[in-house]
Amino acid sequence: MAIDYSERIPNNVNLAGDKTLQRALEHWQPHFLDWWREMGPNEFAAADVYLRTAIGVDAKGWAHYGSTRMPDYRWGIFLADAVPDRTIGFGDLYGQPVWQQVPGEFRSQFRRLIVTQGDTEPASVEQQHLLGHSCPSLYDLRNLFQVNVEEGRHLWAMVYLLHAYFGRDGREEAEELLARHSGDLDKPRILSTFNEPIEDWLSFYCFTYFTDRDGKFQLKSLAESSFDALSRTCRFMLTEEAHHMFVGETGIGRVIKRTLEVMAELGTDNPEAIRRHGAVELPLLQRYFNFWFSSSLDLFGSEVSSNAANSFANGIKGRPDESQYEDHVALEGSYDIAVPEGDHAKEEKVAMRSAMNEVTRAAYVRDCEIGLKRWNIQMKRAGHDFQLALPSTRFRRSIGAWANVPTDPAGRIISREAYDRGLPGWIPSAEDRAHVKSLMQRVTAPGKMASWLAPPERGINNLPVDYEYVHLC
Amino acid sequence: MSAAQQTDPALARTLVSFDAHPDQYSHWKLAVDGAVATLSMNVNEDKGLRPGYKLKLNSYDLGVDIELHDALQRIRFEHPAVRIVVLTSARERMFCSGANIYMLGLSTHGWKVNFCKFTNETRNGMEDSSRHSGLKFLAAVNGTVAGGGYELALACDEILMIDDRSSTVSLPELPLLGVLPGTGGLTRVTDKRKVRRDLADVFCTTSEGVRADRAKQWKLVDHTAKPQAFAQAVADRVAALTAQSGRTGSGKGVMLPPLKRSIDDAGYHYEHVDATVDRKTRVATITIHGPKAAQPADAEGILAAGAAWWPLAMARDLDDAILMLRTNELEAGLWQLKTRGDIDAVLAVDLTLKAHQNNWFVHEVIGMLRRTLARLDVTSRTLYAVIDRDSCFAGTLLEIALAADRSYMLALPDAQDEAPRIALSELNFGTYPMVNRQTRMLTRFCDDPKPADAVRGHIGEKLAAEAAAELGLVTATPDDLDWDEEVRIAIEERTSQSPDALTGLEANLRFTGAETMETRIFARLTAWQNWIFNRPNAVGEHGALKVYGTGGKPKFNWERI
Repeated sequence: MAIDYSERIPNNVNLAGDKTLQRALEHWQPHFLDWWREMGPNEFAAADVYLRTAIGVDAKGWAHYGSTRMPDYRWGIFLADAVPDRTIGFGDLYGQPVWQQVPGEFRSQFRRLIVTQGDTEPASVEQQHLLGHSCPSLYDLRNLFQVNVEEGRHLWAMVYLLHAYFGRDGREEAEELLARHSGDLDKPRILSTFNEPIEDWLSFYCFTYFTDRDGKFQLKSLAESSFDALSRTCRFMLTEEAHHMFVGETGIGRVIKRTLEVMAELGTDNPEAIRRHGAVELPLLQRYFNFWFSSSLDLFGSEVSSNAANSFANGIKGRPDESQYEDHVALEGSYDIAVPEGDHAKEEKVAMRSAMNEVTRAAYVRDCEIGLKRWNIQMKRAGHDFQLALPSTRFRRSIGAWANVPTDPAGRIISREAYDRGLPGWIPSAEDRAHVKSLMQRVTAPGKMASWLAPPERGINNLPVDYEYVHLC
Repeated sequence: MSAAQQTDPALARTLVSFDAHPDQYSHWKLAVDGAVATLSMNVNEDKGLRPGYKLKLNSYDLGVDIELHDALQRIRFEHPAVRIVVLTSARERMFCSGANIYMLGLSTHGWKVNFCKFTNETRNGMEDSSRHSGLKFLAAVNGTVAGGGYELALACDEILMIDDRSSTVSLPELPLLGVLPGTGGLTRVTDKRKVRRDLADVFCTTSEGVRADRAKQWKLVDHTAKPQAFAQAVADRVAALTAQSGRTGSGKGVMLPPLKRSIDDAGYHYEHVDATVDRKTRVATITIHGPKAAQPADAEGILAAGAAWWPLAMARDLDDAILMLRTNELEAGLWQLKTRGDIDAVLAVDLTLKAHQNNWFVHEVIGMLRRTLARLDVTSRTLYAVIDRDSCFAGTLLEIALAADRSYMLALPDAQDEAPRIALSELNFGTYPMVNRQTRMLTRFCDDPKPADAVRGHIGEKLAAEAAAELGLVTATPDDLDWDEEVRIAIEERTSQSPDALTGLEANLRFTGAETMETRIFARLTAWQNWIFNRPNAVGEHGALKVYGTGGKPKFNWERI
């Protein structure tokens, strides 16, 4: 059977000329579609959605807009353009040519990294698969689906690497990526954060702001990899990932904007009054931040990590934006890490290479701060003293030096009793969640927004906000 | 686990002790419910035995294994109704990640070897209890299991592994650390689980291991179950294994009180055993005392005596003395083994042991003696039995002389009445098999049944030096004029020779004849592992074990040797 591969599966990896890859994908693709039908936003399979499809990696190709039904979406395989004569940018092999094939020596480490990264992509589609029913607008519904199909494409990207570079093992792992399911007690996703359901849109915005940003930093580290195909894949994924964070950042911004409007209308910051008016009070948003920021921090791993050190030494996974550092070998020098000792924190010097997780986490935290600064200005301008803040990186951790150390959101070590007492006020309480749930009323008239959300500043691809981004049947 | 109590405060050295009690475990929880004992591993990462490492991810060090050993002893004696032990983890998605690598990286060679030997003995002890006492073991592997964690599971009768599509079983020692899965893992994969050798080769060189489905396919585990079906699967396997158990005990067990031990500069002193160390000559003397008072001969009396019954009390003292000397007295390279007491009293106890060997408690005491003697067999010290005046090397205690590399027996041709004697009992002919499944008697004669049968005809006789030599039971029989010099010279000569070469020589000569899985573990595997542990490729400045976790990469000398 002659298949036009470049039409069915847009790609720039010469799929039409690669029999091994064709065989692998022909077997996998039907399973992927089954998975999408079973675990994806299936109730909307018949809807026409205004989606962006990547059909090339250049400026014109990566953002090709048009209406399509999601099961017909053309999931493609793209690598960013090769950098000519690229050399290894860090670690013991600094300056040597990058690898076009996976060295046998590092095969299992690469496989594990790719599988762990790949596992998060379909996981988030699964986590979000019921959100469509409570969409606050067609614009947001479309953004959700854009995120979903792109997470699907990111899965394709990782599966491509497994198929193209890891032989039979790689094909098996690709199947397993479809077999594990978020929240499935029998076959859960690898990372626990990705087994938590995302039941409301406030969580979705927080997830795309905080958790997808972890994805951004993981991709940035992998984009530095000496394995060129991985690097190029991740570089291209980063352009798409940026959109996911855009959804989170503008989503949270619109929630705040709406709340400020309601506060001005009512002339009060009384939470009860704001809630009665169908909006979200700002301290509740802070509690959502506390929850999502702390759970996302765990995804970076332990502060002191031999795995991270090995990955750096061997050129497998670098620091995000490695070029900004002066010393790319990092054999010398140390990094100060705060660890708990009794009832206070103490600084500990750790060999730089062992601290790579923490280096990445610190960059992530700085990146998270940017949105908060903007929102805080927005609130100040509206005449309010309330300021949003990130909780301490020590707060509510399950992995690393601060795992299970009771601290308040400021990171001060407190007693277990004080922690248990304080926690319901620091993260969303059952009552908070019930309120947010009550707000999740489906709004599907073009241009209309739910009561708790301001409209976006502009539409997609220069279309008006009231464009029918999703045509429901 | 604590540093041993030292009666002499001037002793500045921090000694390792093997004392533990379930009330004070840091790393395990022992729960007994009728026929089922559940041992849940939950390693406290801050309670490493030595400073400098954290016991993350349910990894273990000697302290963790000392508690495991203690728990097994408690189950054997204090919980006679237990038929099956379920080994599992109190953590989610992590069963056990094996021996702590940073601990190994920080340890001296001697510490590593001693650690591996003790953990090996504990695992062998589990199989020993399964084989001889019908105490069954189920590894309920409820998460990822790696390295020493899998080796622990391998020591169980059955392995049930969770199939959550993520958890893996692996022996990553070779690819990650440049050493072998040395606590029996490599050998048990083939000899016990019958994994085909090419698949074993793939398995042992793949750091990430395999998931449950392939593990089952390759026979690395017996059963798999999905997370939601796991508890039921454990219950099913517990029921099946309990039905196979041949253990017969019931009712109240025999409590194991702490040992009465004092430590001073001279050595380690127990109720029935005295171990003194002369650090100048590097010679330790272990003196085992026979029963000092009349011992009960009926089941009721034996149970009433409990842990105070001489064979158990003596075995516990001796076991601890062996461990204390092995761990804390590295330079004491030659152990003189002596006994003091009445031969008839020892033989009387042997008769009691034989007569009541089907009583659960007596059966367990015999097991304790068997394992303690087996510990002696694999001790990397020269063992000389010194059979002098007032000694009582008879029956069970004669096994100690038979375990020795050499035995010196005093001949008193002019004073036959005072001459020391040895004696044989039925127990020398099958009750205390070595780990090669043979008696020490048969092993002594290199599997030739003729001389061994000839010896059997002399059960109950009290043999003086000449007769003992005639039967091939002792090495040399100097008379009283030569005795002091002969023994002194034999010791001094021995202690001047290379300790490494002697360890190799003794390990070879102690196990003659056919191999078993256990002898392969101790000989072939351990010898290679110890060689690897000493090589720059593992422990040199750029060795795999040294650089693990530093972010550096091992630099190997590529020459094959």
